[in-house]
Amino acid sequence: MLSTLYALLFYTASVLMVVGLALKIRKYARTPAPLKIPTTPAPTTRGGVVLRMAREVVFFESLFKSNKWIWLFGYLFHVGLLLVLLRHFRYFTNPVWWWVELIQPFGVYASFAMVAGLAGLWARRFLVERIRYISSPSDHLMLALLLAIGLSGMTMKFAAQTDIVAVKVFFLGLMRFQINELPMHLPLLVHLGLVAILMIIFPISKLLHVPGLFFSPSRNQVDNSRDKRHLAPWAAELEK
Amino acid sequence: MVPLDDDSKKNDVRGPTGHPLEIPRLACGAMADLESYHAKPAHNEPLGFPGELIDDWKEVAIAKIGELASKNRAFQVYLDACVKCGACTDKCHYFLGTGDPKNMPVARQDLLRSVYRRYYTFAGKNFPWLVGARDLTREVLDEWYNYYHQCSQCRRCSVFCPYGIDTAEISMAAREILDTVGQGQKYCNEIIAKVKDVGNNLGLNPKALRATLEDLEEDLEEETGISVRLPLDEKGADILLITPSADFFAEPHIEGLLGYAKVFHAAGVSWTISSYASEAANFGMFIGSYENMREVSLRIRKAAQDLGVKRIVFGECGHAWRVAYSFLNTLAGPFDFLDQNYPIPQHILEFTHAEIEKGTLNFDKSRNDEYRMTYHDSCNVARGSRMGDKPGGQFEIPRAVLKAVCNNYFDMDRDTIKESTVCCGGGGGLLTDELMDLRTKGASPRMKALQQVTEDHGVTHMAAICAICKTQFSKVMPKFGYEMDSVLSVHQLVSNAIILDGQQTADDTSEAEE
Ligand code: HEM
Ligand code: SF4
Ligand code: SF4
Repeated sequence: MLSTLYALLFYTASVLMVVGLALKIRKYARTPAPLKIPTTPAPTTRGGVVLRMAREVVFFESLFKSNKWIWLFGYLFHVGLLLVLLRHFRYFTNPVWWWVELIQPFGVYASFAMVAGLAGLWARRFLVERIRYISSPSDHLMLALLLAIGLSGMTMKFAAQTDIVAVKVFFLGLMRFQINELPMHLPLLVHLGLVAILMIIFPISKLLHVPGLFFSPSRNQVDNSRDKRHLAPWAAELEK
Repeated sequence: MVPLDDDSKKNDVRGPTGHPLEIPRLACGAMADLESYHAKPAHNEPLGFPGELIDDWKEVAIAKIGELASKNRAFQVYLDACVKCGACTDKCHYFLGTGDPKNMPVARQDLLRSVYRRYYTFAGKNFPWLVGARDLTREVLDEWYNYYHQCSQCRRCSVFCPYGIDTAEISMAAREILDTVGQGQKYCNEIIAKVKDVGNNLGLNPKALRATLEDLEEDLEEETGISVRLPLDEKGADILLITPSADFFAEPHIEGLLGYAKVFHAAGVSWTISSYASEAANFGMFIGSYENMREVSLRIRKAAQDLGVKRIVFGECGHAWRVAYSFLNTLAGPFDFLDQNYPIPQHILEFTHAEIEKGTLNFDKSRNDEYRMTYHDSCNVARGSRMGDKPGGQFEIPRAVLKAVCNNYFDMDRDTIKESTVCCGGGGGLLTDELMDLRTKGASPRMKALQQVTEDHGVTHMAAICAICKTQFSKVMPKFGYEMDSVLSVHQLVSNAIILDGQQTADDTSEAEE
């Protein structure tokens, strides 16, 4: 019964996340940028822009220049999250890919980094007057959600172990449209329920910073306005 | 002191003045009532906007948000992508100067984002309290008016945001929405109407302009003993100079204009000013109106075609250079009728710098020895344009020219120059008397950085390449213990140092007297 419910929940969440993100990405891609507005100094070639974006994604370069505390906590959280996510591939692949095996030992520590980063970010929302001022309930809840996901996951790893083999059978089954038994284990049910919520809100929340970063004209445009004429379709209409 | 709170800067208080980027405590509502004058119907209508607040302003404003989001990717992405990380909160000179939290870039964006969320997002439609969404009310509209006219669109926040979210884009969009419902700002709209009517921000007609230029030619002849021209409407000249109209009447702007004339003279090129396009400034950018910005830009294209010039060179003006460098090709191009061997358009500093490299200019640097100089990077040049071939040329070229004509040059604190430069406090359509309180407070980070180099290196003067910066500084510098003429045009220093062929110098005269 509960297994079926969770199966349906994950199917729904996956569809909402994938379709929602696809629609958002399509919207961003189709909305024209009427003017050249890279924040200069900016690269003068496409290759340069790819490098600039890569530095933003891999190192959070602008954030580093901006504020070392936010960078530190943000970076701990995101790198932790990345490793944790990659580690989760073991529940969806059989046999487990070799590189997932490889990061397995780091993945365990990564959850600490992730939780520490989240705690730091959340603390700032209370302690730093300026950030307290700009925080809405949703900003707190988002951190609470991620923290709860992290902590419930760590509970299963370090305290109340769950039947991992059964969990893997459940997810491998879902990928073949079969519903197998999910262990009735509270931390697991909490963890999975929260993950589904995260997936559902992904395309309608500030998690849109993930696609948004790639579509930000101030970062992704080439500084070549004198050499190459840039014209949005609706602006071209004005010239007729 | 909260351990997770920011920045060693806070404690690094130097001397009596404090660190330029010292973060203030929040002063909620401190600037809430500061309201620049509203435009009259006579200012709004020539720009294609309703004369005064329309009856269905609410529906129109909400629809306009959607329209802009569909026409401008930056606006759409920036409304969605902010994670409220807070990295930008201490980056705005108006926040640093006033402490008003609504002058923190993200809070300024949220004034509009909150309404966007209410009408355009799932969360805001269904759970407004959760995501800080709010209805559009008259109070909100007035708040937009006040705080979006406390942003100089300097883009400093954009440099430091992990996604490059540019509050200037949000401000421009907000002002366009306000204009669309008849809530234009007098300063900007009156000026744009004048450009459309007469050709420049001042409303200076061709006759008056000619008389001014002739007077200046006489001054130049008196100073140098040779004839240095300031041509107007000369067909067939090689270069069309587009310069801010302040260069024709204000100090220290005029001194810069004389500098351009001397450089052109020494380089041996023919050039002209146009009475039809006698303005580099384009306030269409400040109000976020593509159509108005385009219309003003097209005057430059027409002038270039009518005069049959081969090149376009822009004088010292910050936002004008952003419009010229980044937008002119889009708005008024393609410029296939100009000489493709030169950048189109070119900045006067690129021109002068190239002549210095060629060795055609003769300088006596000691003529600027009375000044100990620093340089203020204008926001729009620094973060919205370039000079030369390489990224960052907009920082190096002005400094190279300054160092070629002055012996004493010192940079201000690295966190307040180049891409991190702090605004003069008067940009973006805020250079109007009723905003003087904001302008003074907004100038304080720059003024503190200047005070530091005054203490450390005895700096006496600051050079700038923006008409707005120059006017703003000559107004606010006296409030910080400097003479009003402590701000200089870069080409004023060029003008002081350059020795033209056949020019009589003070040394010649004294020798002659002996
Ligand atoms: C391409 C991948 C990503 C990049 C480049 C990226 C980048 C960033 C940056 C620069 C910040 C601001 C600094 C901070 O507060 O940490 C941020 C914040 C945030 N990111 Fe990401 N992120 C990515 C993926 C994700 C994913 C997959 C999630 C969650 C599922 C996520 C959740 C968050 C949250 C919740 C915040 C706000 C933290 C706070 O409230 O202070 N990010 N991200
Ligand atoms: S730095 Fe960017 S993402 Fe962070 S709060 Fe400011 S605008 Fe939002
Ligand atoms: S663009 Fe400049 S003035 Fe406007 S919010 Fe950003 S830092 Fe402040």
